Parts: sequence; C-alpha cells; structure tokens
Amino acid sequence: MTVDDRFTRDLRQDPPTGTRNEVVVGPVSDWATDFSHVEPEWAADPYPILDDLRDRCPIAHTGRFGGGWLPTRYEDVAAIAYDTERFSSRSIIMSNYRPPLEIAPVGGVPPISSDPPFHHDARKLLLPAFTKKAVATREAATRAFCHSLIDSFEGAEVVDAARDYAQHIPMRVIADMLGFPPEDGPRFREFVESALEGVNLPPEERMAGMDELFDYLYTQIRDHVATPRDDLTTYLIEAELYGRKLEPAHVAGTIALLLIAGIDTTWSAIGASLWHLAKTPADRERLVAEPGLLPTAMEEFLRAYAPVTMARLVKEDMHWRGVDMKADDWILLSFPSANRDPAQFDRPEEVIIDREINRHAAFGLGIHRCVGSHLARMELRVALEVWLERVPVFGLDDPSAVTWAPGQVRGPRTLPIRIG
Amino acid sequence: MKVTIDPQRCQGHGRCYDLAPELFGEDDEGYGRVLGDGLVPPDGERAARVAAANCPEKAVVLTEEA
Ligand code: HEM
Ligand code: SF4
Repeated sequence: MTVDDRFTRDLRQDPPTGTRNEVVVGPVSDWATDFSHVEPEWAADPYPILDDLRDRCPIAHTGRFGGGWLPTRYEDVAAIAYDTERFSSRSIIMSNYRPPLEIAPVGGVPPISSDPPFHHDARKLLLPAFTKKAVATREAATRAFCHSLIDSFEGAEVVDAARDYAQHIPMRVIADMLGFPPEDGPRFREFVESALEGVNLPPEERMAGMDELFDYLYTQIRDHVATPRDDLTTYLIEAELYGRKLEPAHVAGTIALLLIAGIDTTWSAIGASLWHLAKTPADRERLVAEPGLLPTAMEEFLRAYAPVTMARLVKEDMHWRGVDMKADDWILLSFPSANRDPAQFDRPEEVIIDREINRHAAFGLGIHRCVGSHLARMELRVALEVWLERVPVFGLDDPSAVTWAPGQVRGPRTLPIRIG
Repeated sequence: MKVTIDPQRCQGHGRCYDLAPELFGEDDEGYGRVLGDGLVPPDGERAARVAAANCPEKAVVLTEEA
C-alpha cells in the first residue's frame, strides 16, 4: 500500500491571478442602475426593493462589483439557473474579484463552483450522504442537541434566538458529519463571516480569511489521513473520480463548501422562521395547536424568507431578454426575489402557513439544487418542533434590535426573544 | 390516473416523496422514483396532484387514463 502523501506538501495556494475592480461602497442612488446587496438598506429589508424592481425593470443593473445584473422575475431566475451554457458558476459570490477563466469547470469549491460536465461527477460523490434516508439517522442526535440548547435558557427572560439557538444547530450537525471537533464552532462562524459577508473588504483581508480557513481544513484533513474515521472527511479523502483519488484542492474545497454552505444558510432559515413566529402570534398559536402543519409552514418560511442568493458570471457578450450583457458581468441570482413573484405565487407578500401549492426555489433550480436540502429541512423541522414544544409562548423583545446578515445569505444575526 | 417522473428534469428536491410517500420514493442518490406501476388509486389522486404542483422542476407528470 502506498502512503497517501497528497496533503503533506505546503498546500497554500499562490495568490490568485483573476481580475479585481475598484470597490464602490455607500448609499445606492437608484436601485435599478446602482444596486448593491451589501448595503444596510438591503440587509434590513430587501423585499420592497425587489418588488419595485420587478415592476419597473425587471432586470436591474449595477456598475459596482465591476458590473452586474439582477433579474427579479421567477421566470428569468429559473432560465438562468437552467442555462449553464451561457452562465457559469466559476464564482458564485458576487464580489470585486473574478477568478481566472482557467479554474472552470472545477472552480475553487466543487461542485457549487463547477460547470458541466465536471459538475455532475463532483456532485455525485456527495449525493448518497445527503439523501433523506441518510440524514434521518441524524435526527435523534439533532433533537437531543436542540433540547440541550433550550435547557441552557433556564432562568432567562430574554434569549438571543439567533446567537444562542439557531447558529449552533447546523454547526454541530456539520461538525459531526465532517468529524471536526464540536468546540471549534466559534471558528466556523469566523470562516462563514469572512467568506460571505466581507465582500467589500480589501482583497488582502479577504485572502487572509480564506488562508485561515484552508489552513484549518488541511490540519483536519491531515489528522484524518493519519487516523481515518467513519465520516465525510475520510470519505472524501478516499473518494475516487476517473480512477484516481481527488486532487487535494478538490477535497479541501468541497469540505470548505459543506462547512460554509451548511451553517450560515440553515442558521438563517431557523432564525427567520422564529422571527416570523415571534412577531405573528396567530401563526405561532396555530402551529403549537397543530404540529402536523409544521412541514407545510416550513416550506412557506423557506419561500418567503429564502436565505440564499447565488451568483453567476456571463460567459460571452450577448443580448439577453432586453439587456446587453458583457462577458464576465455578474448575475445576482435572487431565489428570494423569484419566490415573491406574483406571476408565480398568489399573494406572494403574505406568509400563509398552510399554503398548499408552493413551488418555491429556496434550494435553487436545475443541476445545482442544494445537496444539503434534505439535511437542512430535517434541521429546520427539528429546531422548530423542539422550540415550539419547549417554548410555546414567546415574542420579539425589541423589534428594532433585530439585525440581519448582509450579502448573499440573509438571516437574523441578533434576535432577542422574550421567553419568560 | 398515472404518475411518472421525467428523469431529465428531476433534481432530487424530494417534494414528491415528502408529500406523497405512498406514490414516490427516493433512490440512493435522492432522485425521485415512482413506486410500483405508477397507477394512482382514486384516494391518492389528490396527493398526486399536490406532489406535481410542488415539484420545483416540474418533473412529476400526471396522465389521466381514458
Ligand atoms: C435552509 C438551508 C439552505 C438553503 C436555503 C440552501 C440553498 C442552496 C441553494 C440555493 C443552492 C444552489 C446554488 C446554485 O444554484 O448555485 C445550494 C447549493 C448547495 N448547498 Fe445548500 N442550502 C441550505 C443548506 C445546506 C446544507 C445544510 C448543506 C450541506 C451541509 C448545503 C450544501 C449545499 C451544496 C453542497 C450545494 C452545491 C450543490 C451543487 O452545486 O451541485 N446546503 N444551496
Ligand atoms: S419533487 Fe420533483 S425534482 Fe424532487 S424528487 Fe420529486 S420529481 Fe424529482
């Protein structure tokens, strides 16, 4: 047997080539021509902005981030998600840096950053671990963990449901699946924030954040090479594609993706659902009385407060549905906006917890459909079931104290809830 | 009524097997599959319609038998 020495070299990547543009920050003049998803107004409440753009554009433009487009109708969002020929996933975070063309079709964090045909093969490696049946085996442990979080509220009148509850659940679940030390949770939070929220920081700072993440991952990977375990990290180290083990950068990139995509998103979904219930006593009371309605209500929370917006890069200059797109323009692919399109949903601005027909796109559409959707749904359902069972009566302590994460993953980051 | 899943469209969202577990199941990769011959008993028609109307990829196809 040969020794696995793929991870023994210094794997820090050279400073990426790619292209950078000037960073533009500050208040937006007109959302139709100058949009920015990282300004505080957007973070606080993007829906009126999106509704207005859908009526008047419906594809908005910005010169920020080196140029980009924001389609707001369901139909346009779906068309772009399906059209992997003309829209690339080479980068899926709209920032001031575009990675070099050579990184396609693999990208830095496969499979989310991959294009066909490579995408399918990288994705296939992950699917079996994330089926509904596979994630059901984690339900009991997740439930016990949620109970332990609520136990820790003992004696408190006000808790922060985002900080003290929602964030810990996906962190614990993904740490268990990857076989990482559960006490590293606070570090995961730093990684998530630097990857997703710091898009307008100076490039050196962003790169330093990524280096820290990958240094951490390579340490964990080496530890798993030395002592293999029954977890996803060992699985990816051993996995083969085209008759060979994966490139070190593929192993680390996929683990980075699972860590980042698994945490922030689910934390946001749990938080937004609790925020809605805290400010809507009728819905809260109905769900306490009719727990069987929760799976339906949950889909409505996912529709109305879809946490995840993705990005694409235009491959070549083209005229597309009335606008002139240039090669390497960004597309901000707003599943939240698609989910509020009146052409697709009746009364889209209302949260209707027994909405029966709900073909929402919170987990994306087409080949990049969220690999973690069954896991996320299990976590969200268990988190809400346990909360409603243990804390059936609760409300917002101070609505003005609630803060939301800026950027492409949106959910409450401070959520003071009165429970006593 | 008969149900089929268009494998070209299905991306494994799993709404069909969540909403109509007596008609649909998942394969080892999470893609939806029709259980049995896909013929829907009369008391399953409503569930079949709900599943079809919730599939994000419009991959669940209903055909009314003549
Ligand atoms: C409520 C929680 C979540 C939401 C709303 C969400 C949303 C999304 C969306 C919209 C995409 C599509 C990306 C695109 O089109 O470019 C995606 C992809 C992905 N998500 Fe999630 N996600 C959630 C939770 C999770 C969890 C818990 C995991 C795993 C631990 C995960 C892993 C992934 C992966 C691996 C992909 C890439 C799939 C591919 O490119 O083939 N997600 N997610
Ligand atoms: S709901 Fe649609 S996409 Fe999802 S598994 Fe069923 S058929 Fe496939």
